[in-house]
Amino acid sequence: MSTDPTIALAEEDREIPVLEPGHDMASVTAKISDIVLERPLSIAWVAGVMFCSGIVLMLGTAVTYLFFKGTGIWGINIPVGWGFAIVNFVWWIGIGHAGTLISAILHLLRQSWRNSINRFAEAMTLFAVMCAGLFPLIHTGRPWLAYWMFPIPNTMSYWPQFRSPLLWDVFAVSTYGTISLVFWYTGLIPDLATLRDRASNKYIRLIYGALAMGWRGEARHWERYESAYLLLAGLSTPLVLSVHTVVSFDFAISIMPGWHTTVFPPYFVAGAIYSGFAMVLILVIPVRAVYNLRDMITEKHLDIAAKVMLATGLIVAYGYILEIYMAWYAGPKSIDWFTVHNRFFGPYAGPYWMLWVCNIITPQVLWIKSIRRSPVLLFLISLVVLGGMWLERFVIIILSLHRDFVPSSWGMYYPTKWDWMTYIGTLGLFTTMIFLFCRVLPMISIFEIRMLLPESHVKHAAESHAPAAQLEGKHL
Amino acid sequence: MAPENTKREDTCPGKKKTLDVQSLDAKALDLAAVREEIASTSGPEYWRSLEELAGSDEFREMMHREFPKGASEWLDSFSRRGFLQTMGASLALAGMTACTRQPLEQIVPYVRQPEDMIPGRPQFYASATTLGGYASPVLVESHMGRPTKIEGNPDHPASLGASDIFAQASLLNMYDPDRSQTPVYLGETRSWKNFVDQIRTRMAGQRAVEGEGFRLLTGPISSPTLANQIQALLKMYPKAKWHQYSPLHRDNVLAGSMLAFGQAVETQYRLEAADVILSLDADFLSPSFPGSARYTHDYAARRNPDAAMNRLYVVESVPSPTGVKAEHRLSLRASEVEGFARSLAASLGLGGNAADSHFLRAVADDFKAHAGSCVVIAGEQQSPEVHALAHAINAHLGNVGKTVVYTETVLANPVDQTASLRDLTQDLREKKVDVLVILDANPVYDAPADLNFADVVLNSGAGLRLHYGLHQNETAELCQWHVNAAHSLEAWSDGRTYDGSVCIIQPLIAPLYDGKSAHELVAALMGQSTLTGHDILRSYWQGQAKSADFETWWRKTVHDGFVAGTAHPAKAVTPKAGLPPLKAAAAADASTIEVSFRGDPAIYDGSFANNGWMQELPKPMSKMTWDNPGWIGPAYAARTGLKSEDMVTLEIAGRSVQVPVWIQAGHPDNAITVFLGYGRRRVGRVGNGAGFNLYAVRSSDAPWRTTAKITPLAQTYKLASTQGYQTIETATITRPVIREGSLAEYKKKPNFAQEMEDTPERNVTLYPNVDYSDPNYNKLGYAWGMTVDLGACVGCNACMIACHSENNIPVVGKPQVVVGRHMHWIRVDAYYQGDRDNPSASFQPVPCMQCENAPCELVCPVGATVHSSEGLNDMVYNRCIGTRYCSNNCPYKVRRFNFLLFQDWETPQFKMMRNPDVSIRSRGVMEKCTYCVQRITVARIDSEREERAIRDGEIQTACQQACPSNAIVFGNVNDPQSKVSKLKAQARNYSMLAELNTRPRTTYLAEVRNPNSQLESAEHAGVDSAVEQG
Repeated sequence: MSTDPTIALAEEDREIPVLEPGHDMASVTAKISDIVLERPLSIAWVAGVMFCSGIVLMLGTAVTYLFFKGTGIWGINIPVGWGFAIVNFVWWIGIGHAGTLISAILHLLRQSWRNSINRFAEAMTLFAVMCAGLFPLIHTGRPWLAYWMFPIPNTMSYWPQFRSPLLWDVFAVSTYGTISLVFWYTGLIPDLATLRDRASNKYIRLIYGALAMGWRGEARHWERYESAYLLLAGLSTPLVLSVHTVVSFDFAISIMPGWHTTVFPPYFVAGAIYSGFAMVLILVIPVRAVYNLRDMITEKHLDIAAKVMLATGLIVAYGYILEIYMAWYAGPKSIDWFTVHNRFFGPYAGPYWMLWVCNIITPQVLWIKSIRRSPVLLFLISLVVLGGMWLERFVIIILSLHRDFVPSSWGMYYPTKWDWMTYIGTLGLFTTMIFLFCRVLPMISIFEIRMLLPESHVKHAAESHAPAAQLEGKHL
Repeated sequence: MAPENTKREDTCPGKKKTLDVQSLDAKALDLAAVREEIASTSGPEYWRSLEELAGSDEFREMMHREFPKGASEWLDSFSRRGFLQTMGASLALAGMTACTRQPLEQIVPYVRQPEDMIPGRPQFYASATTLGGYASPVLVESHMGRPTKIEGNPDHPASLGASDIFAQASLLNMYDPDRSQTPVYLGETRSWKNFVDQIRTRMAGQRAVEGEGFRLLTGPISSPTLANQIQALLKMYPKAKWHQYSPLHRDNVLAGSMLAFGQAVETQYRLEAADVILSLDADFLSPSFPGSARYTHDYAARRNPDAAMNRLYVVESVPSPTGVKAEHRLSLRASEVEGFARSLAASLGLGGNAADSHFLRAVADDFKAHAGSCVVIAGEQQSPEVHALAHAINAHLGNVGKTVVYTETVLANPVDQTASLRDLTQDLREKKVDVLVILDANPVYDAPADLNFADVVLNSGAGLRLHYGLHQNETAELCQWHVNAAHSLEAWSDGRTYDGSVCIIQPLIAPLYDGKSAHELVAALMGQSTLTGHDILRSYWQGQAKSADFETWWRKTVHDGFVAGTAHPAKAVTPKAGLPPLKAAAAADASTIEVSFRGDPAIYDGSFANNGWMQELPKPMSKMTWDNPGWIGPAYAARTGLKSEDMVTLEIAGRSVQVPVWIQAGHPDNAITVFLGYGRRRVGRVGNGAGFNLYAVRSSDAPWRTTAKITPLAQTYKLASTQGYQTIETATITRPVIREGSLAEYKKKPNFAQEMEDTPERNVTLYPNVDYSDPNYNKLGYAWGMTVDLGACVGCNACMIACHSENNIPVVGKPQVVVGRHMHWIRVDAYYQGDRDNPSASFQPVPCMQCENAPCELVCPVGATVHSSEGLNDMVYNRCIGTRYCSNNCPYKVRRFNFLLFQDWETPQFKMMRNPDVSIRSRGVMEKCTYCVQRITVARIDSEREERAIRDGEIQTACQQACPSNAIVFGNVNDPQSKVSKLKAQARNYSMLAELNTRPRTTYLAEVRNPNSQLESAEHAGVDSAVEQG
């Protein structure tokens, strides 16, 4: 048996459980809720929040000045009408994808290992969508009129133009944001009730009590909860695929060389999941170290996330190669070939080559198991991948726009300090939200972790006549 | 109109300081000069700072304001909010105290409405603008008494309805907020009356000495009335002297005429009769060349491949639009052109030795085959010998009277202007001058550096130095008196066009700042200060008119804009026998580089420096804005390692200047071309400090060509070109945006341009196809379309300035152009092809294509750009939220975005200037060419009222109207009889990027060239595959 390599691998997998042994119902509950309720404020946390909210102030400054002066403070021009704002929008939306994928799709697929990281991933999704949603609003020339993109009955005889992919974006992103929020909140309710019950401070109890919306853990509650959660998971699942597909339409629907490509929808979705998992790793790796959660977020999780990155990264690579192939197929005199040539050897060749290094070449080390299980290396690789995915959006948007059909109108795009301030500002906003989230909400789903305990499994197994070990083995 | 950034810089105190230090330095305002200034002031006048003494702008502004900016603003014009606040406050206060005194303002309605004035309908008046003394006949559009647009006068042969950039842009010169607004004495505001009183005593003194110490300096003058007045003035002061100087003088043309004929004659060309044209460094298709509007028209009329085409050879030292149009272009250094002319003369049998070359032989053979229907045109910067040679060749080939006509001179008193200024400087230096009157000239800025005019005039001890002009410029600064001039749109005058015919310049508006015309000033010098310009002009013409009924004659003349029958008749002149003697050429020094001086293609000699339209106008060849880099050739750049934007020091005869370089394709090796007119110190908010002053190294003995030592500096300087200078491989373009072929190719395959097209089927789009000829959909049946003839376009940019003026397009300033945010609705692209050292090139005007399947409309989320039933791609500015998606998706990149608040909403002068039919766009809104929809609407209203269809040609877009070569044609493509339909039916007609299925309404007529087969084969072998852009 041990001579068969695949089985050997499977056995090796089994070595690391998704939840380290030694926990029971009470210890799980206590460990997670104490981070919120009992753990004293650390100086590091306060310093971190202050630093990050300082960056949020910078974002505020950048946006205020933007509203005061106009989008001309950025580096955009004609021909490059979209710059950092749309790059960041697509990047953030992509990052958001991992959360829904983990909580909804993996829930439907009964991947119970997700229970340790889904809360965190969903929170990340929400914050990423918030950061993303900021950009389409502020990038308009007259942001105070951005509400004209919504079909609001009015007497000014404006009405959205439904053929525009930007409008589809509005609906896709706002739907996604709403569903993600509801899904996340629904999943939080039992844990909020736990916090309410465990809080010693009256006011804290009051707040969590209000948020728990009267959850008492009745069987009826659980029954309704389960069906609601399942329905929401079902609703979210197509969104994971559709949102980034719609975002890719912003480009694919147009006639610009480098944008007008049918491969965009799948390749955008894969890219989104790729960057989303990278972000999950970047957040989870330090958090499990700081809050000593290595027993709940184990190297098993890291390993799985790394594998997802490897797989989606290869789909992205396929997208890149397909673009080159299509250009070659169109012929050496086609505008598509020129666009590809310009990517490799034009003025922005640097970012393009970096993109290959970050997104395609570096992640190949994830074939090695020891690297997949090394938190430090994974953290670094995830950073590289996130940077690479940002560069991918930069390449798609700026490199396609800066040299198109008419050579006289070629131009260059150089980001200004305001571009950078806005981008870094949203990073600050995101981290601030993560910091706050870690302190005020249970960052790991308490009741779902309890489901991973052997005692839950016994029950579960008894009901479904399936051994717990088999369920465990089905992970991947 | 002032670009926002420039404005900010202007009000920035830090920047002002540095500017001032510079200006003080440059003026060398040392203590001695200060003492002298104090001594020359009359009475107990105190000064508070050096700035006051210098009469600096910001000091004057501070004095005017007393309080910081903003405090005195709302008094000037009530903003709506300010008005409401005041109203509210005064109502409240009135109830309490009843003491508030309302400012008394009178509103006077028309008791009788002026004849023909219908509010909302413009009126057109014939007038003229002048450039370098030569007049251009124009029609000025006036809205309720405000001139808003300048067009060519279609009745005059020098215009035929076309205009040029200078005529168009002179409108903005009139509304320039930095114009001088009062007479000034030593920096103090004075009245005209005060000036007249002072001048009377001074002139009385001169009267006593017969004008011994009286000198008048003017620019070149073609105005018969003014010339007559000056003659009278000189009669009154017999010992006075009249000097003329303009930095872009035509001294060499005059000297060449003297050399060839022994007398001054004007040379006119009849290009409609010329089958073969040779230009010897003459840029006769550029608007600064006298008569260019007509020459361009005549040249372009012969570019139709279905009729007899002409052929143009250009031998030039500076790449020019004329060179771009040439069938065959030879790039020589300026000093080598004379040798070429001599060789050509020799090979045509005029004697001398001919250096043999392929090009020369081909030209000579072509000339011999077309004797009598060919012409040689010599450039004004070329030596008198070249002009004399051109005259000799024209005479030898029997062209005189056919393609070349000699007439009386257009300028009233043509003199060697350099010599004239040198004489004046000499007199000033010898302290012979007591009264110096400078009429509309700016010698302190633009005189040759070796004359040291500024120092000379300061130390001349002249008791009265008077500057008269539109701006308190560098010269006004060194004069005790400055009198503010009236602009040519504000005053009566006259002037001659290139053919000698007299145009009447009539005012369109009362002088905005009570400026006086030159006629009134000269009259004041003669003690006739009460005469108005109108009286002077009228009485002069009363003496001239041959008609018995003067009043009728005068009314008709003013109405038509020109005096009929005043064009100079041809004059028989006999050239002197023999060729001009060869001057000994200076031995070439290997360490030096040849320098050519040129007037700037947009801001001319510097007089358009404060004109934002002109500063931001991409220059025809380099597409440069806001600056004047020196041009070097690609070969020289490769040899020296210089790159565009590198700074160099040019050292000429001990004077040096630092200037950036620009690699210009087609520029000869070992030579640099520099452009005059930039680096102005005192002109206004737009022009101050832009570019580099090359007058500082120009000397009077070598005004156009000299040698210099060039030293690279380890510095770069950011230049704002609207078109990149990358090199791309031709191979990447399957269907080039520019299509051209030779006449032989065209004859063989007339639709060569269409063959490159690959237009998809109509039904490949998802969305319904619209049939614009369907009366159910398009009730009036119009479908607007345009053709642009690439063969006719000479890249003169008239369309761009016309569009700027017609459509209230903002000026954005250099920093914004650098980042790619210029706002031109129509642009003229230049594409170069082949050998970088002698490329072939083409111009392509690109307005909005008004695509039937417009990619921009599809992607707008708010429906701000939509299609009209007549096929226009309309912009609804009010609906635009500024996502810029439309621009991203526009394959032609013709959309322009207001990234910042580019439009000047404050300056009252600009409010008056704008076209009231076109809305002003604000920040955050996309804009683009509309096919001048306001003009379409006017025509539609007219036609509906008269119950008829719009006639073909009734609507002219602004670009079409200005175009001197008739390259742009607009009309109804549903009407098969319209001119535009017929052009679109031609085999040359092609759509740019048709393969995208955009179905553009603007199409192009491919350029067909008529090369000499003798030269063509040789050239084809040398063409490589590189296409590069200006």
